[in-house]
Amino acid sequence: MAVTQLVGAKIHRREDPRLITGHGHYVDDFLRTGMVYAAFVRSPYPHARVRKIEVTDAAKAPGVVAVYTARDFKSVITGATHPATPSFVAEKKHVPERRPIAETEVRFQGEPVAVVLAESGAQAVDAVGLVDVDYEPLEAVTDIEKAIKPGSPAVHEGAPDNICWDLAYAGDDVTAAAFAEADVVVKERIHQQRLAPTSMEPRGVLAEYDPYDKKLQIWMSSQGPHFIRLFISGALGLPESNVRVVSPDVGGGFGSKISPYPEDYLVAAAAKLSGRPVKWIETRTESIQNTTHGRGEIFDIEVAAKKDGTLLGLKVTQWLDCGAYTATFSAFQPCACLMAGGAYKWKGISARTVGIFTHRVPTDPYRGAGRPEATHLAERAVDLVAREIGMDPVDIRRKNFIQPQDFPYTQNFGLVVDSGDYDKSLDKALELAGYKELRQQQADLRKQGRYLGIGLSTWIEICGFGPSAATAPATGGIALVESAQVRVLPTGSVIVYTGSHSHGQGHDTTQAQIVADTLGVPYDSIEIRHGDTAEGPAFGYGTYGSRTLAVGGLAIHMACRRVIEKGRKLAAHLLEAAEDDVSYEQGKFMVKGSPDKAKAFGEVAFASYGAGLPDGMDQGLEATAYFDPPNFVWPFGAHICVVEVDPETGSVDLQKYVAVDDCGTVINPLIVEGQLHGGITQSIAQALFEEVVYDPESGQLKTGTMIDYAVPTANEIPDLVLGSTVTPSPSNELGVKGIGEAGTIAASAAVINAICDALSPLGIKHIDMPASPDRLWRQINQARATAGNGQKGVKA
Amino acid sequence: MIPAAFEYEKAGSVEEAVSLLQRFGEDAKILAGGHSLIPLMRLRLAQPSALVDINGVKELNYVRLEGGKLRIGAMTRHVELQNNDLVRQNVPMLAEIADEVGDNQVRNMGTIGGVLAHADSAGDYPTLALMLEAELVTNKSRYQAKDFFKDVFTTAMAADEVLCEVVFAVANGPHKYIKFRRRLFDWAIVGAGAQKLNGGWRIGLTNVGPMPVRATAVEQALASGATPEQAAEHASDGLNPSGDLRASPDYKKHLARVLTKRAIQQAQGA
Ligand SMILES: Cc1cc2nc3c(=O)[nH]c(=O)nc-3n(C[C@H](O)[C@H](O)[C@H](O)COP(=O)(O)OP(=O)(O)OC[C@H]3O[C@@H](n4cnc5c(N)ncnc54)[C@H](O)[C@@H]3O)c2cc1C
Repeated sequence: MAVTQLVGAKIHRREDPRLITGHGHYVDDFLRTGMVYAAFVRSPYPHARVRKIEVTDAAKAPGVVAVYTARDFKSVITGATHPATPSFVAEKKHVPERRPIAETEVRFQGEPVAVVLAESGAQAVDAVGLVDVDYEPLEAVTDIEKAIKPGSPAVHEGAPDNICWDLAYAGDDVTAAAFAEADVVVKERIHQQRLAPTSMEPRGVLAEYDPYDKKLQIWMSSQGPHFIRLFISGALGLPESNVRVVSPDVGGGFGSKISPYPEDYLVAAAAKLSGRPVKWIETRTESIQNTTHGRGEIFDIEVAAKKDGTLLGLKVTQWLDCGAYTATFSAFQPCACLMAGGAYKWKGISARTVGIFTHRVPTDPYRGAGRPEATHLAERAVDLVAREIGMDPVDIRRKNFIQPQDFPYTQNFGLVVDSGDYDKSLDKALELAGYKELRQQQADLRKQGRYLGIGLSTWIEICGFGPSAATAPATGGIALVESAQVRVLPTGSVIVYTGSHSHGQGHDTTQAQIVADTLGVPYDSIEIRHGDTAEGPAFGYGTYGSRTLAVGGLAIHMACRRVIEKGRKLAAHLLEAAEDDVSYEQGKFMVKGSPDKAKAFGEVAFASYGAGLPDGMDQGLEATAYFDPPNFVWPFGAHICVVEVDPETGSVDLQKYVAVDDCGTVINPLIVEGQLHGGITQSIAQALFEEVVYDPESGQLKTGTMIDYAVPTANEIPDLVLGSTVTPSPSNELGVKGIGEAGTIAASAAVINAICDALSPLGIKHIDMPASPDRLWRQINQARATAGNGQKGVKA
Repeated sequence: MIPAAFEYEKAGSVEEAVSLLQRFGEDAKILAGGHSLIPLMRLRLAQPSALVDINGVKELNYVRLEGGKLRIGAMTRHVELQNNDLVRQNVPMLAEIADEVGDNQVRNMGTIGGVLAHADSAGDYPTLALMLEAELVTNKSRYQAKDFFKDVFTTAMAADEVLCEVVFAVANGPHKYIKFRRRLFDWAIVGAGAQKLNGGWRIGLTNVGPMPVRATAVEQALASGATPEQAAEHASDGLNPSGDLRASPDYKKHLARVLTKRAIQQAQGA
């Protein structure tokens, strides 16, 4: 026990003063002597043959140092690039080889065909315009429904049917009994539009190669620098130990900065080829065009239930747009199938996932990655059934929840849900929202022809990746455990090296809170270091999948414990007491029963660097730990959204948003709230605003700027009413889960359920995202026309 | 996001700006608030050979009430239009529109002259200028608003012409401008304005075609006693808007009718 308990304290983020006042260090803030700037020549076509690339004019342009095409990189990029992990998909039908730069054929708009290096960024961009590429445009397919039709152009020769994978987790035999028993069966097709991750800081890479020591240093905006080191050293044929990757302050990632990108390989290789440090910073348009997209799926679902609301069976088919290649973690998204049952008990769930190639930039994890889709699907499914049988959405949920006494609960796909109390969070959310009054208000407004809607999302999440037994096969060998090293300096201050990486989550604060409590040392004497492969344990696993606290936090906690154990041995020696008689409390090693016989932590630290240690004890006070969690962790919660739809214009007024979330033990409530604000906003963004749009004819990206790619701002989001329940996770000693993705996983379903609820008098059952005014107006019109209920048809 | 190279000069007066434009030739552009021009340059959709910066031209920055007319210098910024008492009292709809242009950064930099000269089909002031029959004064001539806007991004001005002043007749009766958009700082998907003036109604529409639209059919219907609902049905007469990411053509026409109805009703209610 520390003197003051920091875990649970609402303290401000220690990194904020630096970041908010512009004193952070992002990739673009790093300069190297002799540095040149890279700009990429990218395909304007979604699919074309590259006949010839003429670089003469560009090479002669002012300031240009070099122009490289695929051929030039062959001598430098000798190893494999762009690995595709097997992930949750046990078998893949076809994983095409992917090179970072196209030589003869381009397969998505934005794919690089040449790189220009110049003395200034402006000169590099100018010279890009002088590279003359002779393309022969080929027929492209940018839509998954078309891609799987016979006769559709094949994205890869090896997959003439454009199928990357087609896998059934469980066949219809599993659901046959449930469907036979059913009183009602509802079917729906649910679209998950492509989203652009749009982190505040786009990607960026700075690479410097030292030909004498054969060392490569890379500064880049990454969520997992150790993985990048692994990939790049392999591709460039360098020993992993000769490559250092630094991921300094990073302005957001949302999953899009995990996988290696073409530019990562090409900038590093260009530094080696040119002998100059090379910097590339992605533009916003490049980011929307080339950074992997999220979602991009169609789900076909069938739900079987009894008249009394008992859920029986669920059939799910996921059609996933892989884009032009299988991205590194693309196959993670099928976890949507494994989580499709949500917070409910089902007799049977059958699920099939189909990955499909199209001529678009690849998709990869984006905040939530598969789990937002699962929630959206499950929460839409229960609402569809409730509507069909005329049951309140609250009641159907309660009737089917996995109950507190059921945990640990083995769900339909064998995953063990460790804990939960779904009624409790729902109760609290209903109370905060004033559910009963809302229903009354809704009834009153309906009489006036107004459309108020109330939507629920009682979400659950799997996170904290993850147990080695589950993740090593899924990543192709490296288990997603986490590592930390805790070093106590002679004066007792502490440096912690962690393999996770903070890119907005506030780890410098929360991890120091854990250390302060576990080690009993002052918060201000704890330094958290991450993001540099040259520091800390041999390998770090990075930050994604809401895993940092539940895995990385525990590694830190474990390493602290080991430090205390060594400290106790040393203290016992110094105090001439038996080790078992020495306790550690409030920063002091004490002999039990004689409190005046004590050594402060700092004294022990200092002594550990001195002479006269116990026999066999090394100097120093430090420990390394790798934490391999016994299970995933399972956050949950209940969100309620209230909207009013203007039936005349189709616009949605978001009136209220209530979220009660349970992430187990809370380290810092302020940071939890911050994560929820961002997460919920990102999910509301999917529900109402954002979509990456390509022209269906030409395959050209139409949402290439922030004017067209409609990221909402604080103006569009109502004040969020947040509440919490605390159900500690039994899977780790701190009782913690994750909160980074919770908001994103929960909110889209609450918003769409609210809109469907609002429009239920018109017979509207389902609405796709984004629920834009135009789309809603059209659907309202259609519903009125079909109902033929005497309302005046709207002329156009 | 790096513009192509260009030359740059600061002008101290309109006269100097004109001579600089003449010296640099056809491809030179005036730089006012830069909030339309610079984004286009960054995307390289515009590549002017030279910019003539008129931010230092003091003679273009004023709001005056003279002879019953509100005279506004071309370099008057949105933030000034929002807060200026003369504007608020004499053409209050202009101040209200200014309140809703972009965000603070845009309003602190963007100018009324810039919006009018740029002639974006989603610009709000062109609609107001058209429906209130404003006069646009350049260094060479005076234009009626209806003769000024020629097409999207195209005005009657020559390459070496500088817009100096916008002149509005006082219009301080019932009015309402409704800008329909998804995000607070977005341009209008469709905009509709209604202003009571000299006993009749003026109705204008934004972003339902390449140029601002005056809905004369609605004005006439109102004049002959139609209700707002009835009159607004004519708001889409003759419109042929192009669709974009946010709205299909028929939705834009629908919005023109709905927003026109609401603008008239709200103006009446005010
Ligand atoms: C995010 C965002 C949202 C916006 N939303 C809206 C909106 O909702 N409604 C709206 O109306 N506008 C909107 N704008 C545009 C904004 O009002 C701009 O300020 C305006 O369009 C241009 O004015 P400017 O002074 O910035 O002109 P600049 O960008 O400097 O110039 C625009 C063009 O006009 C020419 N020009 C400028 N002044 C003169 C002059 N005196 N004589 C001759 N030519 C001249 C320039 O050469 C250039 O071609 C938005 C802008 C942004 C960035």
